[in-house]
Amino acid sequence: MTMTAHDETRPGGTGSGARLGTTGGTGTSTTPTDPGRRDLIESMDRPHRGRAIKDHVARIVMWGSFVLAVVPLVWILWTVASNGFHMITTSLWWTGNQRNINTTDAGGGARHAIEGTLIQAGATAAIAVPIAILTAIYLVEYGRGRLARVISFMVDILSGVPSIVAALFIYAVWVTTFGIDRNGFAVSLSLVLLMIPTVTRSTEEMLKLVPNELREASYALGVPKWVTIVRVVLPTAFSGIVTGVLLGLARVMGETAPLLILGPYTKNFQRDLFNGNMPTLPTMINEDRSDFALSTAAERMWGAALTLIILVLLLNLAGRFIARRSAVAK
Amino acid sequence: MAKRIDVSDLNVYYGDFKAVEGVSMTVEPRSVTAFIGPSGCGKSTFLRTLNRMHEVTPGGRVEGKVMLDDQDLYAPSMDPVHVRRTVGMVFQRPNPFPTMSIFDNVAAGLRLNGVKSRSTLEGIVEKSLRGANLWNEVKDRLNKPGAGLSGGQQQRLCIARAIAVQPQVLLMDEPCSALDPISTLAIEELIIRLKSEYTIVIVTHNMQQAARVSDRTAFFNIKATGEPGRLIELDDTAKIFNNPSMKATEDYISGRFG
Repeated sequence: MTMTAHDETRPGGTGSGARLGTTGGTGTSTTPTDPGRRDLIESMDRPHRGRAIKDHVARIVMWGSFVLAVVPLVWILWTVASNGFHMITTSLWWTGNQRNINTTDAGGGARHAIEGTLIQAGATAAIAVPIAILTAIYLVEYGRGRLARVISFMVDILSGVPSIVAALFIYAVWVTTFGIDRNGFAVSLSLVLLMIPTVTRSTEEMLKLVPNELREASYALGVPKWVTIVRVVLPTAFSGIVTGVLLGLARVMGETAPLLILGPYTKNFQRDLFNGNMPTLPTMINEDRSDFALSTAAERMWGAALTLIILVLLLNLAGRFIARRSAVAK
Repeated sequence: MAKRIDVSDLNVYYGDFKAVEGVSMTVEPRSVTAFIGPSGCGKSTFLRTLNRMHEVTPGGRVEGKVMLDDQDLYAPSMDPVHVRRTVGMVFQRPNPFPTMSIFDNVAAGLRLNGVKSRSTLEGIVEKSLRGANLWNEVKDRLNKPGAGLSGGQQQRLCIARAIAVQPQVLLMDEPCSALDPISTLAIEELIIRLKSEYTIVIVTHNMQQAARVSDRTAFFNIKATGEPGRLIELDDTAKIFNNPSMKATEDYISGRFG
């Protein structure tokens, strides 16, 4: 090794000439010839007790938090599943309704409530998702200045509106002002108010994650901005947007306050959004909860609760499946 | 195909900040012109004004004139989208569209602009991939994702994508700075080959690269941070590197900079 201490102190990089044909200086080696550097390297090898302890403590705290969060989840799932399992394994549960079944009678079906929940959620998504996604596109891709700030602020406010206030607002417009009877569609409208801000926010986050380089690559090919958004930005963010939509949907499917105000429970099938009360799983749970002392009603309540959890789970699984099929290629 | 670029007295602003001042230059068709200079000297910014990509950044605007043969790129009637179809661009980091296959990436420019015929697309995709020296490596996996290629292959894919729309000019913003030396060599060979058909402008921090690939070299510099960047001199590459007219160029080339 012919290297001397002088080589170490020579400023690396800046001194290498760049004339035609030269290939630049080769990197100077890091052999620890000078004593100061040797000390530094040795000190890095020494075990650091303090840091190891901190690491250990942080690890314990994190595992503790994890367990703390999982315990209630498992507990709830176990309680609901063990109490409701019996009910949902009957075929009548998935085909029949509660017509002519008194609280003291056992069994009956939940299909009327399942259908009601799905129809209302579908109508809600059909209205809320386009509005939310277009709003998010505006905020991320176009919005500059005052209007965008105002809209963003409004979305924040809307996401802070309690569900019962959204329900009362729709009640005031729908029933008091326009004098229309309460129905499933009114419920959907109130759920739309709750779904728009969550989906807007999640879509915004996903659009922001799309690297600007992809937009620029598209512009540089002479692709107009709107085509870039539709064909490059949205497909890249697709899986994230779908996840956000489904989480939003799962949230509104479990909403109860608007249902109690705008869509009272009924024991019959009701597939018409625009005509009469529409039964849903949350209102069915509420109905049977009021007779919780009776084992017949309690069983139905647990069954409806488990059914709702299963529906939300299926929705999430479906979302993951869709998202994976069209996911950004790895 | 290739066209001449004539820039006269161009100032570039981002909002109130003047990023580049008073650039006039001519870029010859079917040649490679390299822009060199220290970081922040405005060479990339200036490059982006040649296809109006600077307008993508909020507040970006220019004063002055850029002519592509007899077309004024900044004429009021000129659509920036049209400019970018004529003047293509390759970026510093390879940026293939992650949702698209290799084939779709190359076809993207045409397809997103409404070309549907499969046979037309197949012909152009093959021609562009051959043009980018990538065909033999990917011809058996055109339907695989473009993001699965190596960095150097991805960059050649981006070049194929850029030449698929048959531009007149190809701008390259440090196209090799994220690549290893072997991939860099492949890109450099490609650049030299492409200049028979295109006008090429390349920004590079690597002076050896400028010396290897370019016919003419432009040196940009700034006096201090916050000052606008300026074109110091533009001349034949051999002259810039061996016998530059300006002291600043000489200092920068020989590493006595700053």
